Amino acid sequence: MNVTITINGQAVSREIEPRLLLVHFIRDTPGLTGTHWGCDTSNCGACVVLMDGKPVKSCTVLAAMAEGHEVRTVESLEHDGRLDPVQQGFHELHALQCGFCTPGMMMTARGLLDENPNPSEEEIRTAISGGICRCTGYKNIVAAIRWAAEHEATTHGAPIAQEA
Amino acid sequence: MQTPAPFEYERATSVDGAIASLQRLGPEARIIAGGHSLLPMMKLRLANPEHLIDINDLRELDYIRQDAQEIRIGALTRHAELLESDLLAEHFPLFRDAEQVIADPVVRNRGTIGGSLCQADAAEDLSAVCTAVKASVVIRGPGGERVVSMDEFHVGPYMTAVQADQLLTEIRLTVRPGAGSAHEKVERRAGDWAIAAVSAAVWIDGGTITDAGIALSAVGPTTVHLHRAQELLKGATPSEDLFARAGEIASADCSPAADGRGPIDYKRHLAAVLTRRALRRAVARALHQEA
Repeated sequence: MNVTITINGQAVSREIEPRLLLVHFIRDTPGLTGTHWGCDTSNCGACVVLMDGKPVKSCTVLAAMAEGHEVRTVESLEHDGRLDPVQQGFHELHALQCGFCTPGMMMTARGLLDENPNPSEEEIRTAISGGICRCTGYKNIVAAIRWAAEHEATTHGAPIAQEA
Repeated sequence: MQTPAPFEYERATSVDGAIASLQRLGPEARIIAGGHSLLPMMKLRLANPEHLIDINDLRELDYIRQDAQEIRIGALTRHAELLESDLLAEHFPLFRDAEQVIADPVVRNRGTIGGSLCQADAAEDLSAVCTAVKASVVIRGPGGERVVSMDEFHVGPYMTAVQADQLLTEIRLTVRPGAGSAHEKVERRAGDWAIAAVSAAVWIDGGTITDAGIALSAVGPTTVHLHRAQELLKGATPSEDLFARAGEIASADCSPAADGRGPIDYKRHLAAVLTRRALRRAVARALHQEA
């Protein structure tokens, strides 16, 4: 079957088997490998993308089910060389170690802040409870999301720090 | 890589269209809603449907509304919506208790009440919730609609009264005065299936329990409906002793299996403790005395 899915504002079409999972469509068709393919069982949250603005686990959505919906991946966060406050927060507060959970954590955070611009620590912890950081770096992830909330208005569009 | 076996896919554009597809395609066709039970089963090849009929476009099945003394929940209502519903929290607060501990917020954005009930996993929370509050469910097929109780709905492990050419469309809850309800769950980690969970509902008039519903998750091959404890509660005055006796019945009447989540004795112990806690909280809510 042929499906067309809007990913980061671009319509992407491909002939697929109906059993193709959204995570693989995203990684293999437009080649957006920022979305990580982790546990395959909707437990780990590495594959979280936004579908119509809400975080979903793309290993447990068929690509066919996403047709006609707007998908946003981690690659959409940065605009014209400017980081999203969530990305900036992860950078400022060292919210990643190995980085495997990071795209899912960041998209979950983006979805949270879009609905609740000023979440408490408890609300953040609940929101990311579907993501597993096997480095156990939750403290810094929570702090980074708080940082993003506090800098949402002022920092949106901060330039990417250039390497010296 | 976990990938389902091949199947054909189509999207329903109406409830009757979905039913017509089920009729046309036969028993190897399955409805898919949120997909968070069915797709994992398909990846493990525990389910191998030849056709999937996607009902996610059927917005007419996505609602929580009150019609007179009845609250009606569309089968496609997501867990996240059940959690957020102030109408449900006001009349049946056990829904919010349960939804806070069903999977995680990202999964709750997809999973639906209809899917959860039709999966009929004994460890699933909403089956016990709906049993405790004496919900009825609407099943639609080619011949029209029928309304069944939760006891009629559950016919066995992972088996419901929904036939191959039928669709669960609605869950109905009767609003009665003096109601209080609570759901108590113990799990190994946030978002996991229950080791044991208990849903309790009571209706109190003038200090007497006039009706009660109790159901247990994860401690039997199906949702365990505690008829004997309900009979004990009806007509009684709420007390700690009464809750303890209901807990003893829960412990005796459930039939847990030993597994990675714990041995049988532990699960029976949990059934008793959680029944006491759920009843205590349900009664406090009915009497507006919740701490």
